[in-house]
Order: sequence, then C-alpha cells, then structure tokens
Amino acid sequence: MIDDRPHVLLPNYDVVVAGGGPAGLGAAVAAREAGAERVLVVDREAEAGGILLQCIHSGFGLHHLGEELTGPEYAQRILENALDDGVDVLTNAYLLDIDNDQNLKLLSADHGVAILDTEATVLAMGARERTRAAIRIPGRRPAGIFTAGAAQRLVNLNGVLPGRRVVILGSGDIGLIMARRLTLEGVEVAGVFELMPHANGLSRNIVQCLHDFDIPLHLSTTVVEIHGRDRIDKVTVAPVDAQMKPVLDKAWDVPCDTLLVSVGLIPENELSRELRLRLDPVTSGPIVSSTMETSRDGVFACGNVVHIHDLVDFVSAEAELAGGHAGRFALGARPPHDNVRLQPGKNVAYCVPHTVTTDQPHTVYMRVRKPLEKSMLRLRDAEGDIVHERRLRYVVPAEMVTLKLRPGVLDGFQGDALQVEVVPR
Amino acid sequence: MTNDERTTYAYLCIGCPLGCRLEVDEDSHGDIVEIRGSSCRKGDRYAEQEHTDPRRGVTTTVAIDGGLWPRLPVKTSGEIPKDRVLAACEVLRRVRIEAPVEMGDVIVHDLLGTGCDVVATRDMARMT
Ligand SMILES: Cc1cc2nc3c(=O)[nH]c(=O)nc-3n(C[C@H](O)[C@H](O)[C@H](O)COP(=O)(O)OP(=O)(O)OC[C@H]3O[C@@H](n4cnc5c(N)ncnc54)[C@H](O)[C@@H]3O)c2cc1C
Ligand code: SF4
Repeated sequence: MIDDRPHVLLPNYDVVVAGGGPAGLGAAVAAREAGAERVLVVDREAEAGGILLQCIHSGFGLHHLGEELTGPEYAQRILENALDDGVDVLTNAYLLDIDNDQNLKLLSADHGVAILDTEATVLAMGARERTRAAIRIPGRRPAGIFTAGAAQRLVNLNGVLPGRRVVILGSGDIGLIMARRLTLEGVEVAGVFELMPHANGLSRNIVQCLHDFDIPLHLSTTVVEIHGRDRIDKVTVAPVDAQMKPVLDKAWDVPCDTLLVSVGLIPENELSRELRLRLDPVTSGPIVSSTMETSRDGVFACGNVVHIHDLVDFVSAEAELAGGHAGRFALGARPPHDNVRLQPGKNVAYCVPHTVTTDQPHTVYMRVRKPLEKSMLRLRDAEGDIVHERRLRYVVPAEMVTLKLRPGVLDGFQGDALQVEVVPR
Repeated sequence: MTNDERTTYAYLCIGCPLGCRLEVDEDSHGDIVEIRGSSCRKGDRYAEQEHTDPRRGVTTTVAIDGGLWPRLPVKTSGEIPKDRVLAACEVLRRVRIEAPVEMGDVIVHDLLGTGCDVVATRDMARMT
C-alpha cells in the first residue's frame, strides 16, 4: 500500500520506531494504545511491511491472528491496523543516528536530512543474511552467487529469475522455500546440500518444498569449490566426516549457473553498534530488559533486530511489549529495574529478555543448542538448587522455546541470577 | 490375505516438529490396511489424506503492469490436487494484469477446473 499524499514531519514525537516490519508496526500500535500520541514509523524501503512482503508463501499468523496468511497478507493487515490507529508511517527514510538527548537523524527521500526530537525510540530494523564470506568457500568469485533472501526478493518482487539451474547450500526454511519457488517458476533445482546430519527446516517444508518436486536433499554434504570464469558453471560438493571435514576423494561436480546460500540470519546491528548498546555475543542483538529496553534509557528494541524469530507471531507479541513500554516511557513512566539476570546454562544458547523481575509475569524466549526428545527446562539459583522446572516435549535448535513465567513462580526467590537449562529427563 | 500382497508407502508427518516417519500399507485393491509410525492421531489422519488425496495450496506471482512492482503475489483460494500444482503454475506464468488490484480480487476463476480461484494477496495501487 502506497500513500502518495505529501508527508508532514513534526519537530517532536513521543515514540519513533526504526523499521516498518511486523516488529516496528506492532510496536507503534502498542505505543499508541499505551497513550502515546505522536508515533512515527520510518522505513528505508518504498513501502512498510518488512521481509514479509517478499515471503509470498503461506504460514504466517496462525498463533497471533488465528488464521494462516501469506506474508503480504499479514503485512497489509498490520499496516492497515497501524494506519487506522493513527500511526504515521514515513517510507524511503533511513534512520542514521540517535544522540544522547534522543535526537534522531534521518535521511529521507521526502525531507532530506532531518533531525527529530523524540521521548522514546524503538529499534525494529530486522535482520540481514549471513553471507558467503562468513563460510568461506574456496574457488573463484564468478557471478551467479546469491543469498536465498536476495533471490527471493528478485523473484517475488522484481520478477527476475536468478538462473536456469540452481544449487542450494543450506537446508534452513528460506532455502527450502526458495527451492519450491524456483521450481514453480520453471527453474531446475539440482539439489539442496546441508552440512549437518539433519535438515534445519520444518518437516512441512521438507515435504512440500522438496519431496513434492523430487528435489534431492544431501545431508552431511557441503560445497567445497566454486567454478566458472564470468558466471558460475559448476560447484564441487563433498560429504563431510564426523568432524565436519570434507572427504575430498568422495567429491563430485554439480553443473549449475546459480548458487543460493541459505545459512541463516543475523540481527541488523550496525546502528546498535554505533549507539554503543550492550550486545549479546550469541544473538548479536542488543541486551534487553523485561520491558525490551536496551542498555540505553528510552531506547527499546524488538523483533529480529534482537534475536532471530522463526515465527512472525512471536515477533508481534514481543513488539506489543516493547511498544507498550516505549509509549509509557514517553509519558513519563519509569518501571522499577529488573532484579534477576537470566544466564544460559546447559544446552541453552541464549535467553531473551536478559533480565526479569520476580513480581511480574514474563515470557522468556530461548534457543537450545542440541535437539532433545524428552527434556526438562530448569531454572537454578547460584547454589544450583532448582527454583522452577517444566517438562518439554521435543526441542530443536531451529524452533524457539518459550517459557511463561507466571507471577508467583519466583515468589520467595532472593538471588539476583538464574541459570536456565534444557536437559534430558 | 498375506503380507506379500501389500505395498508400503512412506510419508513424513508435517503435523509437528517431531516429524514422524509414517508408513501406509495398501492391499491389492488399493485399500489402506495399516498405518504405522505415528505418535498421535493427527499423524494417522495426515497419512490417510496424503495417501488417498494429497492437496496443496499454491502461492506464486503473476505479471502486473502499472504497479510499484512488476509481480503481484497470488494464492489459490483453497487446496488443489497436488499433481495439478505444476500445471497451475504454468497457467499463471502466462497471466498478465493491470494495476490497480486489491487484496482478495479474483485473478483467475476456477483454475483448471479445480473449483478454486486464484486471488491477489495484496493491494497494488496504480502508480501515477
Ligand atoms: C525467507 C523468510 C521466510 C519466513 N517464513 C516465515 C513463515 O513461514 N512463518 C512465519 O511466521 N515467519 C516466517 N519468517 C519470519 C518472519 O517473517 C520474521 O521473523 C519477521 O518478518 C521479522 O520481523 P521484523 O519486523 O523484526 O523484521 P523485518 O520484517 O525484516 O523488518 C525490518 C524493517 O526495517 C527496515 N530497516 C532496517 N534498517 C533500517 C534503518 N536504519 N532505517 C529505517 N528502516 C530500516 C527494513 O527495511 C525492514 O522493512 C520468515 C522469514 C524469512 C526471512
Ligand atoms: S504423528 Fe503426531 S507426533 Fe508425529 S509428527 Fe505427526 S503430529 Fe507430530
């Protein structure tokens, strides 16, 4: 949806949200509902909606809206909702900087460089893809190498096919979805290659994106060399041993003109770094309190800029929390500081938020390091005593684990840190 | 009936992250005689549906002129038989429409006689 009326910028806002994806739009609505009057969302793209606009497949909103929508449908719903709620949206505008007095510097197609004064800010800039440099494949650097998300944008928005015969490296959901997408557009997908001994995507995507079209999935296999002068013309692939080392005498060549790399997302943290926010080395996103406030007063964050979410529904839930607190902050509320740190323990890679209070309900999101069939989530105090535990059924690194801490659960807990672990039961 | 008249088909359950490996045994008349491998009822129902009448919702894009983007995302209004998916996409690859379009607008009526329409999954205004 494009609004072509001239946009008017106010000199000051209650809440400015950077990023107009589901996180940013959700936070803006929550800020309005919390009483903030002047709420602005800025997005660098020509339209708000974020990554959802290019995710044309179905599978969004089952938890949050109770029906299964495609990405563009979900985006349009939440954008209409935000506009109806009186949120102002400025597109083609890039947030450059926030100074210590909460002055924001924007670069806008309509307004040039603009300085805005705001009471509170929400960071919702989403994520970017890990690139090939991060995994260092030897060989030449010919044309024809894309990240899966860049290819998705090319195909679904620009109507450009990346090539005629494609190899996909990585079995995460984005790679699987692109295997189907390209097949439906008449492109041949030679195969999906996954370093790990198990697929990273949902079984639904294994079945409906690969099996349906007889696309082979090679587990414990990786691309070891890229060939071609101007354009890629083949890749060499090889199985890996238990130490993940390629077994080169079992390598074979796969002719292709395109390689899609789908090795995961990482929070868009350039701005977070520039603002010198405290970052979590595991998530690469800012450290946040139970109100989704970063290490800087009045600067909140939510969505993929904090940690990578696999379901947009969780993004929307987190955005409500961040936006609500940002709205109340703008009106002068200062909630008491958290008094308990959450520390990842056995088999837990990270927890968000990083701190909680003992007297409020909280939802804690975490990722496990290894899959476990029957497991137990435990909170332990500094002495190692169990403060709270819950049974979990089946946990995998690709799916976020959520823990709802109801009031009362931490009653009587006196310490200032809890270890979170997910272990076999 | 003896076991050798049975044919076994394998499916992967998509009902939850467990991803149970399901097996469906069919007798010589093509009737299901046994479903194995599921950990819950949902898996049994899924195996039966996948075995007898597999269906898929289709999402793709069609060409559009005069909008912000040259492609408009669309979906089938319901699930169509799985073996018609590629044919459906071939039809849709030849469709070309004009902006403006609203979310829910019917782009193709009764796609390939499946009874399902193809509808737009977003608005696309006409660019001036
Ligand atoms: C390929 C793919 C498939 C997915 N499939 C599913 C699925 O089937 N089901 C599901 O529930 N979830 C799915 N997800 C996950 C879900 O879409 C994301 O978790 C969600 O979109 C994240 O929302 P966000 O608002 O944090 O980020 P985004 O949607 O990425 O939005 C961030 C926005 O910020 C803007 N921005 C960034 N930096 C700046 C700046 N400095 N100034 C101004 N604007 C800026 C960007 O332009 C963008 O619009 C998928 C994700 C991907 C990538
Ligand atoms: S059979 Fe049940 S438990 Fe197994 S994958 Fe399907 S839904 Fe999950």
